[in-house]
Order: sequence, then C-alpha cells, then structure tokens
Amino acid sequence: MFPEIFLSLSIFCILMVGVFIKKSFNLIFNLTSLIIIFTISIILTNSNNEERIFLDSFIRDPFSNYFKILILLSTLFVLNSSKNFIIDNKLDKFEYPIIILLSILGMFFMVSSNDLILFYLGLELQSLSLYILASIDRDNLRSTESGVKYFVLSALSSGLLLYGCSLLYGFTGSTNFELIAEQLNKENTGAVFAMVFILVGLAFKISAVPFHMWTPDVYEGAPTSITSFFAVVPKVAGLALLIKFMFVPFSNILLEWQTIIIFISIASMILGAVAAMIQKNFKRLLAYSSIGHIGYALAGVATGAISGYQSAIVYISIYVIMNIGAFSCLYLLKKDGQYKENISDLSGISKKHPLLAISLLIILFSLAGVPPLGGFFAKFYVFVAVLEKEMYALAIIGLITTVMSAFYYLKIIKTIYFDDSINTFEPTKNRTAQFSVIASCTILITFFLYPSILNNLVDTLFVS
Amino acid sequence: MNFPILSTLIFLPLISSFFILLSKDKTTNLSSISISLFSSIATFFLSLFLWYSLDINTSEFQFVEEKSWINNYIKFKLGVDGISILFIVLTTFITPICIISCINSVKVRVKEFLIAILILETFMIGVFCSLDLVIFYLFFEAGLIPMFLIIGVWGGPRRVYSAFKFFLFTLLGSVLMLVAIIVIYWLTGTTDITQIYEVQIPKEYQNILWLAFLSSFAVKMPMWPVHTWLPDAHVEAPTAGSVILAAILLKMAGYGFLRFSIPMFPIASEYFTPLIYTLSIIAIIYTSLVALMQDDMKKLIAYSSVAHMGYVTLGIFTLTKQGIEGSIYQMISHGLISAALFLCVGVVYDRLHSRMISTYGGLVNYIPKYSFLFLIFALAALGLPGTSGFLGEFLVLAGAFQKSFLAAMLATFGVVLGAAYMLWLTKRVIFGVTNNSEIKKIKDINKSEIVMLVTLAFFILFFGFYPIPLMETFNVSVNSLINNYETALITN
Repeated sequence: MFPEIFLSLSIFCILMVGVFIKKSFNLIFNLTSLIIIFTISIILTNSNNEERIFLDSFIRDPFSNYFKILILLSTLFVLNSSKNFIIDNKLDKFEYPIIILLSILGMFFMVSSNDLILFYLGLELQSLSLYILASIDRDNLRSTESGVKYFVLSALSSGLLLYGCSLLYGFTGSTNFELIAEQLNKENTGAVFAMVFILVGLAFKISAVPFHMWTPDVYEGAPTSITSFFAVVPKVAGLALLIKFMFVPFSNILLEWQTIIIFISIASMILGAVAAMIQKNFKRLLAYSSIGHIGYALAGVATGAISGYQSAIVYISIYVIMNIGAFSCLYLLKKDGQYKENISDLSGISKKHPLLAISLLIILFSLAGVPPLGGFFAKFYVFVAVLEKEMYALAIIGLITTVMSAFYYLKIIKTIYFDDSINTFEPTKNRTAQFSVIASCTILITFFLYPSILNNLVDTLFVS
Repeated sequence: MNFPILSTLIFLPLISSFFILLSKDKTTNLSSISISLFSSIATFFLSLFLWYSLDINTSEFQFVEEKSWINNYIKFKLGVDGISILFIVLTTFITPICIISCINSVKVRVKEFLIAILILETFMIGVFCSLDLVIFYLFFEAGLIPMFLIIGVWGGPRRVYSAFKFFLFTLLGSVLMLVAIIVIYWLTGTTDITQIYEVQIPKEYQNILWLAFLSSFAVKMPMWPVHTWLPDAHVEAPTAGSVILAAILLKMAGYGFLRFSIPMFPIASEYFTPLIYTLSIIAIIYTSLVALMQDDMKKLIAYSSVAHMGYVTLGIFTLTKQGIEGSIYQMISHGLISAALFLCVGVVYDRLHSRMISTYGGLVNYIPKYSFLFLIFALAALGLPGTSGFLGEFLVLAGAFQKSFLAAMLATFGVVLGAAYMLWLTKRVIFGVTNNSEIKKIKDINKSEIVMLVTLAFFILFFGFYPIPLMETFNVSVNSLINNYETALITN
C-alpha cells in the first residue's frame, strides 16, 4: 500500500474527529503520533524496489522512502517535544497537528514526484499548510506578521517556480522528468532559463541566500513549536527535491546550474556565519545558522556527483538531529510561565542546570562542526566530496566560514558556562523534550563510533 | 598482541570521567579527586608497561590496532613507535600532577574540572597514538573543547578573550590541514600513514600540502608570528590548564612535524628549510627579548616556551640525527620544566593571588624549600649542564652547526638571552629585597605541592645526568626517519 493513501485517509478521519468531538486536541495529537508511526511502518514493510504509477509521474524508490522516513521521524520528535509548549501557549487547536500532517502529505508528493505538475501540487499543498502554521497564533501580532510575510514572499517564489515549469514544458514538450532530461541540452537556452527560475523557487523553500530574507523574521515571529518544524522538516523535503531536480531533469546541463549552486552555497555559508554573530535571540540565531548549514549541504550538491548528493543527504540528516536537539532545549527554558528565547537568558545556566548546559554544549559544538561530534562528520563528508571534484576554493571558503561560525556558537557557550547565573528555570515536566535532547546528544557523541552508518544507508539510494 | 592496549590507554581516562560524573559528593570532592587520581596513575603505569614492552630495536609501529571505520576506506588505526611512546608517557605523567595541583588551586566546580582534564588526556593520548590522518585530526581538534572550557570557566579575569583567541586561532590553523588531509586521500587513496609513507606524494602537490600542514602546526607550536594566542591563554588559564598547555599541547605540533610533514613531504621539507630556520631564529631571539620585558611571571614563562619551541623547530628541520634527537629531547624536557615552572607560579599565586614579579622578592628568606626548587627549575630552563634542558639545546645546536652556521650562531645567542631572562626572573622573585609585607606571612609548600615539584625536579635532574633511557628509545626510529628522508630525496 502506498503510504500516501493511508496518510490522506487518516487525515480525513481525524479531521472528522476534530469537528465532531469538542476539546479533542489531546486525542488528535495522540492519534497524529500514531498515524506517523503507522506510516513509518508501512514504508518500512514495503519492498524497497522501484514502483511507478500514474504514467510514471509518481515514483516510489529507496530515495523517496529515505526522505519520507526522515520527514516522519523528525516530525514525530518535533511534534511530541513541543506538546507542552503548545498547551502552555494556548495553541492547542485541533487543526494544529492535522495541518502538520497535511504538509507532510505535500512533502511526500514532492519527494516522490517524477512530473512537474505533481511536484508543483505537492509543493503547494506543503506551502499552504506552512502559511497557516506560521500564523497559527493569530492573536499574536508577530506571528501574524510572520505568516503574512511568509505568504507573500513564498507566493512570489511559487509564481517564479511555476513560470519556470511552464517554460520547461514549452521548450521540452513534456512534464515528465525523464523525458525532460532527454530533451535538455546546452543549446536549449530557453530550458536553461527555466532551470534558473526553478532553482530560484527551490532556493527560496530551503532559504538559501539570496532568497533567505523571510527566514529570520518567520523563525522569530512564529511560535517556537512551529519554528522548530520550519527549521527541520520543509528543509529536508526542499533539499530532496533540489537533489532530485539535479539528478534527473537537469543532469545534462550540469555546468550551467553548477555555477549557480556554487554561488548560492558560498553566499549562504558566508551570510550564515556573519549575520548570526550579532543576534541576541536564540531562534533568530538558529535561523541564520540554518542558512549557513544549507550552504554546506548545497556545497555537496554543487559537486554534481552522486557522492556529493550523498554527502548532502548525510549532512541534512545530521542537521536534523542537531536542530531537533537545539529546539528541544528551548522548550526547557520556562520561567514564570513564559518560555525564554534570548541568548542572555541562558547566562550561567551551567550552575543550576548542569545537564541542560552540557547538552547545549554538545549540540552547539556539533553545530560548529568540532570533532569528534556528529556535526564534524557531516562537514567532513561534504568536503571529501567537494575536494574529489577538485573544487578547492569552495572547500576553503566553506572551512573558513566554519571557523567564523564557530565564533557565535562559542559566544553562546560562553554565556552558558562563563557568565554569572541570573535565571533559574522551572523544573520541567516536559519529558519528551528532555528525551529528544538526550537522544540527540547521545547520537551526536556516539556518532564517531560508527561514522559510516548513515553513508551505508545513503549509498543505496542512487542505484538507478 | 591481541589485547587492545592502546585503546585501553586512550579510553581509560574517558571511562573514569563517567564515574566521576556519577559520583555524588557535594562538599569535599574527595571521591572525584581520588577516582581521577587513581585512574590517571593507572593510565601512567599502563603507559610505562607499554614503554617497557616496546621493542626499541625496530622502527616499525607496534601494538598496531586496526578497525574498519568509515566505509572501509578510513581505518581506525593506532600504533606506537620509539618517538610517540615518549610523548604518551609524558602525557600520562603530567596528568596526575595536574590533578594533584588542582587540589590546592581549583576551588569551584572541581568535579567538572577533573572531568575536563581526563577527557583532555584521552584526546592527547589519542593524538600520539593515531596512525591515520583523519583520526589524528579528530583527536587534535577535539582537544580544543575541554581546553576551551578549562580556560574559560576556571580562568582569570580576561579568560573569555583568551579562550576565544585560543579556540579560533587553532581552529583556523587546522581547517587547512583538514583540506590537505582530504586532498592526500584523493591523491593516494588512503589516509593510513604507513601506506602514505610508501606511496610518494607527487612533487607538485608536496609544497602546498606541506604549507597547509604548517598552518596548523605553526599555530599549535606556536611559531612566530602566530604565537600571540599562547601568552594570553597561559596567563588566563588556571595552573593545571597552563601545565597541560605548555607540557603537552605544544608538543603535538612538534610531533606532527616528525610524524607527518617530514616523512610524507620530504621534498617540501627540504625546500622550506630556510623558511623554518628564519621563523625559528626570529622566535628564539624576538620572544626572548619580549620575555625579558615581562612583568607577569606566567607571561614570561609563556614567551620562554615560544623561544624553546623555536629550538625544537630548528632542530627538527636541520634533518640531522643530532638535530632531531635534540628536538625530541628538548620537547620532553621542556614538558617537564615548563610544567614545573607553571606549577611554581601557581603555588605563589594560590597564596598571594598575584602573578606580578613586582609583588614578590626575597622569597628565599621566607619559603626556602620552594625557593630551592624554583631555582632548580629556572636553571634547567636556561639549559644548565646537568639538567635535562641542557642536552636538548646542545644537540639542537650541534645539529644546526652542521647545516647552517649563521642559524646556529644566532640560536646560540638566544641561549644567552634565555639565561638572562630566567636569571633576572629568579633574582627578582627569589632573591632581592622584600617590599611586600604579605610575603612575610607566606606559607611554604605543603605536602601535595612537594610531591609534585620534587617528582618533576627528580626527573629533570635524572634525565640531565642519564639521558640513555630516552635516547635509546627513539634512536632507531629517528635513524629510520632520516634514512627514509634521504632515500626519498635521492630518488627524486
């Protein structure tokens, strides 16, 4: 059975449950987690062979399965660790988990699509859900603002994307990815144009420079539970889609798009490193840091080789683990009924909350890419792939921005460990957030024991 | 040998740090101190056993452990030879001393401090054991995390600046090394150094790769002009931090030159010798002059470390038997002497909370035991015959005279300067007139301090009179290093 069918049917069912049962947030929330787990097991029990339906427009293969599982697992962690936060901030509307499931459905279509139309439909389903999520705290000025901002900019980028799709269809005469790939070549200038438009649209979705403007505002304005979802899940889907585009339809015009991706990658790495230095809000800082991280993942994509795509996938997987840990820490910073999100609020927490402090230490050093933590291996694989293609400038710029970005991670660690204690946070009842933090730290610490565990998984994704 | 003795050696401190984490003492920290002391001494004896059972008549790597690690192409490979064993023993010897020193000098968060020291020990031993470039890089960089925290959490007033400077300088230096390591991997298809030794790295790549390695080692060494992080880090770090920094972390770079730069890039090493000579001579003379002008004791010793490391780089790149042996000897002896000097500063700092030379004066009248030991260490630092400091400098100079008369002459001038600043420091701190009334109330060293300092003094004098145990250990390895280097030059 296709997981998409199960997912859409169950979304309708719990929507009905939500409509007819009053105060059903808890029930629906738990049902959502169950649905996610079921969907994972459906994907896992399905055979790993490639299957195509709807005239080759929809593919189920190891590549899409990997990303679906990554999306589901990260959603499971993000959602469950934020439950207390949602209730405390009176966001416990029954639509909340349902919209998240809908956006996941959209992402499923994105990663599985083999056709321009299906891909665009999936992307829009995802985007529409995200617009609602960004403004879900509708009485809050900043949340509404971030929702509107995201909607306007994202709609613009979707428009560009759609224009690119129509150009591509016009110049190649097909909407199927593989047929497009056959038609495309360097002489086909119009198609190269289309490629640029599509790249712009996708770069917007994964918030790569210069299409990153919405990220800091939306990250800061949206409630933390939504931000953590934004920071993790849509990026995975967006990157998967980007890799898919590079791998299938645009594989013949490699040189043309490679230059663009290299530029986007370098710009993201530099902006992510520089702009984060002056941030005072932890969420805003994570927004810039995520821009930088996307830059590193794109460096892998820029190689245009399968090893590069694999390193980008490993990178984004480890990025997901680190970000789930970092955001879960935010759920534990509760004082006087409010969740703190400024870096200065972390001042000296190592004295009163040693475990939280050491977890943040591990996550931040890992984000900075210091060995022997998981984040180092993510960067290592990317640079191995980049240097295989002898792109020395990209590698050296990437590593120098690593040092620059280490500066602001160190600044947070300095606040946590070197400064005087000012805040004592409430002892938390949020066990799932604690679990997420501990799980993320454990993975990051022990990653060096089996550093090729992800590589072995990812190696099988590009058999076709 | 089937028992993974090197892995045990590496991970024993790490495992014991978990026990410290679990130990529950709130006020006295007795159990954490005893656990860490016990485990670090056990590690020391294990490393002694390793030294004892090492076959010193071969230059092959011994106790080799190999596990497939990253996708079968990068292996987790460990092994020791006559050169690295000495650094391992130095590491395991200095760590218990640091732990004893923190009984007196660390007052807050003792438990975390001990954990940081033990984790750092794991990484340091790992650096000296690794036979794979990636593993080496991993341990080399990982040591930054505990050291950053040691300086930042337990350091002095300007600790934040110093910790950041330390971290970012070192990280910036080593990312280029990471690029070089990956490039070597794509050139040779392996990161296992024993295999890289056999495959010659193409001539046109050698120079640039050598420079990339230099960028990391020069910062860590530290060589002039990238030495500026060291005085800051030393001044702000707590005593135990300074000791580890001076005694072991600085030796990683010298070890790196011997293990990686020379055998992997013999042509580039030959080509860049004048550069290293110049930088070393500047380091020796310039930092000695700077040391003369310091009014902070720790800063003075830090600058003297830079000067001493100048001899080490000079000796290594003479690429003669005397030069390299002298460098290794100098590194070991500097590890002991600088550790002892920083501990001495720590002792008086714990009592009067000042590192300024002007605070002290005439200490010999009030704390004679301390003054006696201080005098021994100061004389060893200036290279008095009969102390271990003499032999290293002498051999380095003997090596340098064979290659470049000018460099050797200038370096010899540095010896005079070294004597000047050390003797002047002793004169102002130990002898001279007491102006400060608080000195009259100062207490002489207590038992734990005597244990630390006397042990160090014993070994400094012992290796000054009887260098054979050290010399014999690295003799064969150094010979094969030079042989391989010369054959590589001839074949090209």
